[in-house]
Amino acid sequence: MTVVRPALAALKMLLVLTLILGVLYPLGMTAVGRLMPGRADGSLLVVNGAPVGSSLLAQNATDAKWFHTRPSVSDAAGDTSGGSNLGPNEPDQAQAVADRVAALRAENPDAQGPIPADALTASSSGLDPHISPAYAEWQAMRVAKANGLPISLVRSLIAKHTAYPALGFIGTERVNVTELNADLADPTGAIGR
Amino acid sequence: MHPVLQTVLGLGLIGVILLVVCRPLGTWLYRVFTDDKHWRVERLIYRTAGVNPDSEQRWTRYAVSVVAFGVASVAFLWLLILVQGWLPWSLGRSQNWHTALNTAISFTTNTNWQSYAGEVGAGHTVQMVGLTVQNFVSAATGIAVAIALVRGLARATAQAIGNFWVDLTRASLRVLLPIAVVGGILLMLGGVIQNLASPTVITTLTGGEQTIQGGPVASQEVIKLLGTNGGGFFNANSAHPFENPTAWTNLLEILLVLIIPFALTRTYGLMIGDRRQGRLVAIVMGTLFAGAALLTAWAETAAATLQTGSMEGKEQRFGIAWSVLFGTATTGTSTGAVNSMHESYSPLGGGLLMLNMMLGEVSPGGVGTGLYGILVMAIITVFLSGLMVGRTPELLGKTIGRREITYAALASIVMPALVLTFTAISLVLPTARDALLASGPHGLSEMLYAFTSASNNNGSAFAGLSADQPWLNLTLGLCMFVARFAIITFTLALAGSLAEQHRRPATAGTMPTHTPLFGVLLIGIIIVLAGLTFFPALALGPIAEALS
Repeated sequence: MTVVRPALAALKMLLVLTLILGVLYPLGMTAVGRLMPGRADGSLLVVNGAPVGSSLLAQNATDAKWFHTRPSVSDAAGDTSGGSNLGPNEPDQAQAVADRVAALRAENPDAQGPIPADALTASSSGLDPHISPAYAEWQAMRVAKANGLPISLVRSLIAKHTAYPALGFIGTERVNVTELNADLADPTGAIGR
Repeated sequence: MHPVLQTVLGLGLIGVILLVVCRPLGTWLYRVFTDDKHWRVERLIYRTAGVNPDSEQRWTRYAVSVVAFGVASVAFLWLLILVQGWLPWSLGRSQNWHTALNTAISFTTNTNWQSYAGEVGAGHTVQMVGLTVQNFVSAATGIAVAIALVRGLARATAQAIGNFWVDLTRASLRVLLPIAVVGGILLMLGGVIQNLASPTVITTLTGGEQTIQGGPVASQEVIKLLGTNGGGFFNANSAHPFENPTAWTNLLEILLVLIIPFALTRTYGLMIGDRRQGRLVAIVMGTLFAGAALLTAWAETAAATLQTGSMEGKEQRFGIAWSVLFGTATTGTSTGAVNSMHESYSPLGGGLLMLNMMLGEVSPGGVGTGLYGILVMAIITVFLSGLMVGRTPELLGKTIGRREITYAALASIVMPALVLTFTAISLVLPTARDALLASGPHGLSEMLYAFTSASNNNGSAFAGLSADQPWLNLTLGLCMFVARFAIITFTLALAGSLAEQHRRPATAGTMPTHTPLFGVLLIGIIIVLAGLTFFPALALGPIAEALS
């Protein structure tokens, strides 16, 4: 009896709270989300009514004409997110970095200076849409040549998509590669956001 | 800007906002748990569940209620996950029996260790009806137990320490739910998704294919942090852009983690009628938090040895400083959310995150668990300093006698015993060793981190560990369950024992517990106890790796 009563009370309390916190609350919040579908559905980039990506997500790009995002262990496929989980002293990590250095050097013969760190390291989500301004500049010449665009235009597009930390310290300097590539694809601005 | 300077400024900003927010919130919590009246909806809940909200419970009944609620929650959640294939909005996602059991225990105990990946293991129904609910009620349970312990200190010659069902309901509906609604809307405005869509495959700008995930994320994200839970909707947790898209949402998420643990120190001061006591606890927590964040920021910049810096496993929008601040906030509480992959940190950086948990999570600790954790440490500190000067140890006029120190000692020994025993066993078992991604000292750190996380009900991971296998699912589940409910039982026993006592008047010989001297002693005891217990294990893991 002393065990049955609290057990029954526990179960009933759980069910009542589940109704409030597990049904009414999330569905109510979903209804609020319908007031801002652009944000609540993933900040999608839309061309001719069809989504072509999200401003918040990196896209896998191997072609030289696109700006590349940071390395992703999932190639930004979007089905399962995550990082490499390799420690800095793991042999596999040293190998991965060496491979990236070789590939980047081969693809960017005109690039000046050392390869920025964010170009050599996988992000934790595998969907990081941002790179450092240094890495954007490092790729600029390759992208300009592959698209037949003047380097000054490419640089101005980079500048347009560069964001700075609020108050100088909240966040980091970053370039949104997905939005930058959308502008590269569509100089006339038909892509809606 | 140099990441260490950025961390200093970030700490300053977080500190200022907490000072502003935690005063009214702490007062609100005080009113909630001392209110004589029930809301109408609460009365309806009590009537439906058949509990009497006006009869207070002795510690034994309070503890039985907590454990009964925990066991019912595990059973319900386990069943829900196992049958999710038959439920709507499940998207064909599933977990096998031992993964599901691990998940059920994990979310019920406020741990939120995840052996599954959100994108393949949990459909929208399980996320809402199962996981979101436990995010609320496991946090409310922690708050309830902390309030019960404070009642034990505040009352004299009393038998009862409150009514668990009332504390649980009020913490859920009056505290967590309103903040979750406001915070959830702010997260949506920041770009966190909230819908019931299935994953859709699109053709990207660059010509590839990409899956765009859907789900009721914002409603779960906010309580995941506010309740110091930490279980991600997606596998990448708060690193996923749909969970944490910008530097602003990241700041908000850090604040959500910290507000209730810090606000509860004010509630404590108000309930015992001496606000200075609460302030001292807050200062001790804040000092440990700031110290840990600065050391980790230093480790991630100065001690990062490679040309690649330490951006592996970090997101560009957060950088080093805001990854470190998030990591320190979530390991210093029982949150276990990550916005960067802790296993990819420098040896000392990852070791410091582990140390935050090994301190017993008191910087500032989980919702409720942080307060009762640090009060247990305060009792041990009073006892040790009483021994040093040869006086009867007392806290707030309550004698710390044989019974009290026994309960406090038992409460503080559960976690290290579980961590060290199961790490050692697992490291000699081939089946567990095969789950390691790393080798050498980093591999040892990986296993040590897992059991430290489970036994502190934290939930973050050195995620290279392939933990989805029977041995690890079951032993980690056992650690989570025992750590949670054994510590709660000992804490409630302590509360009952303190409540029964008379209050002795303070004399010239009483050691005050609101002074800087006591604060320094308390920090010292917290660090020395964890140091003595875990230094050998840390020496074999992170320290060995850093020195090699």
